[in-house]
Amino acid sequence: MNRVRMFRYGVWAAVVVLGGFLIVSTPLSGGNPSNKTSSGTAKVGGPFSLMSHTGKRVDNQSLAGRPYLAFFGFTYCPDICPTTLFELTDLMAELGPVADAFEVLFISVDPKRDTQQALSRYMTSFDNRITALRGSADETNAALKAFSAYAAKVPLEGGEYTMDHTAGVFLIRADGGFGGMMDMHEPRETRLEKLRRLARITSS
Amino acid sequence: MTFGYKPAAKLGVLWIATLVSTAAPAHEFSAGDIKIDHPWARVTPSRAPVAGAYLTVQNSGPKSDNLVGGSTPIAERIEVHQMSMDGGIARMRPLPEGVEIAPRTTVQLAPGGIHLMLIKPDRQLIEGERFKATLEFARAGSVDVEFVVQRNASIETGNGNEHGGDMP
Repeated sequence: MNRVRMFRYGVWAAVVVLGGFLIVSTPLSGGNPSNKTSSGTAKVGGPFSLMSHTGKRVDNQSLAGRPYLAFFGFTYCPDICPTTLFELTDLMAELGPVADAFEVLFISVDPKRDTQQALSRYMTSFDNRITALRGSADETNAALKAFSAYAAKVPLEGGEYTMDHTAGVFLIRADGGFGGMMDMHEPRETRLEKLRRLARITSS
Repeated sequence: MTFGYKPAAKLGVLWIATLVSTAAPAHEFSAGDIKIDHPWARVTPSRAPVAGAYLTVQNSGPKSDNLVGGSTPIAERIEVHQMSMDGGIARMRPLPEGVEIAPRTTVQLAPGGIHLMLIKPDRQLIEGERFKATLEFARAGSVDVEFVVQRNASIETGNGNEHGGDMP
């Protein structure tokens, strides 16, 4: 009994210490390339470098000082990815110029099929302030790690495959810090308010 | 990581049973005990390799049936898939056995759950357009339907995807 309690205290102590470590180790300003990405460290907004659907390099340096939204997906995704993109398009239309204050990044977890050409066609259907990003397998993995996000290839019949992936929208503040998640199932007004707040923090 | 889509399928059916009373625009097709209500597909981005499609299916008969897939002139084939969320991770799996429609129940295929997937559509789906398709049921056989292309789920579904007429 006593031993069980001791063990329990030990576990809680470990949780507190680890939690404190995670908070302290979360980079306040991203873009330190020498930053070692140790595995298992939960942090969001770490360094990444990808190519946009218009052929521009987007990385922590180019994003420095600007808040942004980032989410993961792929064009062979019939449901949640286009839904998120269409809904963001609608939210940005409602926000109008307010949405100019942040970047919106759609990061492909399937760069093999999502070529730059495929992405540039795909993106014509959405708000032109949304940027699709892709990279090599290594660059894609680094981007996933930067957001503590998950993606995995799942083989299907006939040699085809689909991708499991983190679905939420990450909000990153202008200082590079993690500003929370936006869930597309939240009420529309909540989502708009989160975006307005993200935009306000920049302009102040 | 666990594959949590089977329990989710059951949950989806329960959840759906509470929603179907809401009336969608009259747009129905039937064969025997099977009635299909408001088949719709979501508008697709340019050159999208897949398209999601949704409907409500009612089985008024005494025997269970399965919607296993279908065909349409505008795509290679139609499969039944399930999207599920598991700890913030979206998973999509084909349901080769399709979706079961138990006796005297109604199942709604809706965004974020079980849906139809058009594989390799040969065109971009534009809002307001319609296309023909044949759905395959294990028991009822083929049912001809027409899908209407919508940007969002109709407001009546109450699934959080509705918008208030503020489209660009």
